[in-house]
Amino acid sequence: MIGFAILLVYIAIFAGSFLAVRFLVRKTTRDFTALKTVTFGDESAVSANRIASVVSVVTIFLIWGSFTGSAWVPGFLHAPGPFVGDTSFSYTSEAPDGRRDDATVFVRVVGFGEPTEKFEVDPGAGFAHDDAVSMPASRSSTILFDKNDEITRKDGAHIIAIDGKPIMPGGELRTDAGRFVLTEKGAISFSPPAGLQMEPIWLPPPERVVERVVEIASEGYRGSTLWQHLGYSLFRVIAGFFFGALLGIPLGYAMGLSDWFRGWFEPIVEFMRPVPPLALIPLVIIWFGIGETGKIILLFLASLWIMAISARAGVSGVNISKVHAAYSLGASKSQIMRHVIMPNSLPEIFTGARVAMGVCWGTVVAAELVAASEGAGMMIMVASKFQLTDIVLMGIILIGVIGFGIDILMRKAENFLVPWKGRS
Amino acid sequence: MSGLSIENVSMRFDLPNGTSVQALKDVSLHLNEGELMSVLGPSGCGKTTLLNIIAGFLAPTEGEIVLNHHKVVGPNAERGMVFQQGALFEWMDVRDNVSFGPRMKRQKEAEWGEYVDHLLAVTGLAEFKDKAIYELSGGMQQRVALARCLANDPDVILMDEPLGALDALTREKMQGLVLKLWKETGKTIILITHSVEEAVLLGERLVVMAPRPGRIHKEYRLPFADMGVGADLREVKHANGYAETREEILEMIWDMEEEIMGRTEAQQ
Ligand SMILES: Nc1ncnc2c1ncn2[C@@H]1O[C@H](COP(=O)(O)OP(=O)(O)OP(=O)(O)O)[C@@H](O)[C@H]1O
Ligand SMILES: [Mg+2]
Repeated sequence: MIGFAILLVYIAIFAGSFLAVRFLVRKTTRDFTALKTVTFGDESAVSANRIASVVSVVTIFLIWGSFTGSAWVPGFLHAPGPFVGDTSFSYTSEAPDGRRDDATVFVRVVGFGEPTEKFEVDPGAGFAHDDAVSMPASRSSTILFDKNDEITRKDGAHIIAIDGKPIMPGGELRTDAGRFVLTEKGAISFSPPAGLQMEPIWLPPPERVVERVVEIASEGYRGSTLWQHLGYSLFRVIAGFFFGALLGIPLGYAMGLSDWFRGWFEPIVEFMRPVPPLALIPLVIIWFGIGETGKIILLFLASLWIMAISARAGVSGVNISKVHAAYSLGASKSQIMRHVIMPNSLPEIFTGARVAMGVCWGTVVAAELVAASEGAGMMIMVASKFQLTDIVLMGIILIGVIGFGIDILMRKAENFLVPWKGRS
Repeated sequence: MSGLSIENVSMRFDLPNGTSVQALKDVSLHLNEGELMSVLGPSGCGKTTLLNIIAGFLAPTEGEIVLNHHKVVGPNAERGMVFQQGALFEWMDVRDNVSFGPRMKRQKEAEWGEYVDHLLAVTGLAEFKDKAIYELSGGMQQRVALARCLANDPDVILMDEPLGALDALTREKMQGLVLKLWKETGKTIILITHSVEEAVLLGERLVVMAPRPGRIHKEYRLPFADMGVGADLREVKHANGYAETREEILEMIWDMEEEIMGRTEAQQ
């Protein structure tokens, strides 16, 4: 139900902002693309609309805030919240001898995360007495209305109507106060209007997540500060990738340059390539335990094959004319290696390095989910056991941000170091 | 005999499916030092194969190449090569590309700097010397390739359709440049081309090859290259005998192409 509402709102914002931007923003770019008449089907004429990107990110936070009742989102944008406060309804009980009596149930609904409080009301006249119930918002509560009545269900009394409307056991009834179901045993199950907002235990509002970041950054979680947790993960990735590249690149070169090396390592590389690094976690834990060694070896293995394959592809991708030209210019084998093959393979190696970094980052989080005493993955795993959804969300967001940051850095380095990539 | 000798060279490619292709059969030629020879022939007649053998990238199945009394056994700085395209080093700027040969010989910049800058000036690349290769046009890239080959000071320059990918105007300018550099440096040059016009214009000697098996069909000695040095190449095209030679060779190659087509049609 909530999911459907969110989807509708999302589609509405997508289409609405598209039309609004289309209507309001004139295309002012006067570059070459603006002069193209054929743009549909010409991939090079498609570039990301930055307004769309900004609206997209704002929309996610808006929907998040709106459906969690965030303090950061103005109240009129909030999705309808659950009923909180005092309400009441009456029930009509019929005794076995046919006598009927009405009594009122006063319900105090408290907000998410607040404690329920017992309170007293005057029992009133008749054999059915008034009740006082306190319950959390957005939940159902089974109300044992006859606890304090003079003629209970055990004595043969049963409910025939709620707020004057007739109801049978197993039946359902909706009034302004909420939804009522009469259980088979004759008790009242009452659900006040739940609204469309999420409970924080499923999805906390964004400010709660930010508070958690501040709190964990200053006080730490499970014995390490946030930066230590992230630093551990990052250190493992960098160490594992470093060793993977250190061995993988020369291995790939050797496979690209020598029959014997290619023959020897091809079965191993081809076998290891399709094995997802995650499948190695149990074996690595058995062999090396859950400490740093095991994690770094896991990431080493994750990046080794990727780097070896990309270095080999870089060598086989060299235009034979370049090698021939270098030979007829008098270069020796080692000079060809140093001045032709190595620089020529750099673009491939960078592509491989980006893939390897992404795989390593994913693998380290997964490995920490399984077993670790610190790290981003460990943080969210432990938090999920205690249903600390805000920490879980914080961890996921930071993992995403860091992964994205790594990729941006790699791309920057690539543009700086191999500016000729894709241009020859 | 000094100069370049191609002695009874044959080349057979054995294919994995058991058949074989006779790419060259008993090709013999001698080039004196400082001669410019252009090579023409229908597609697949073994021109590239012959050039690769002279460069030392391929060993012939029979015969040998002798340069200045030494048998050619592999690629070497005395035989420079200018490729059609894609042989420049994108990771170096123009000047580093041109000075590649001397630098590989571990010569100091003092030894090669002046000559490299001279070549950059002659090829009109002086103001682009710090540019990256991918920032240059196709014609400029071919001038870099030419300068790079010359900077290494080889005895023989081998060119496989060096101007094939250029537009007509750029091509004409480059032809003038080739002639100019040839006279200036006195190098022995073998130039493979698909353009009969270019072959007649630039070749002091001209060889027409025939296919299946690849062999030398006819040889010419032509005056137009000497006339073209320092002159307007378009003028040369009006010189006596130019048009006739061109038509004769065109006809010859046309007939060969026809024959190939006929043969393949008959096979079908
Ligand atoms: N590596 C090889 N393996 C098998 N056959 C080859 C090989 N290289 C060339 N050939 C064959 O040798 C013959 C001559 O090829 P070559 O490339 O020398 O022709 P070409 O005259 O340079 O043609 P083009 O003008 O199209 O460049 C062709 O029939 C070709 O199929
Ligand atoms: Mg060829």
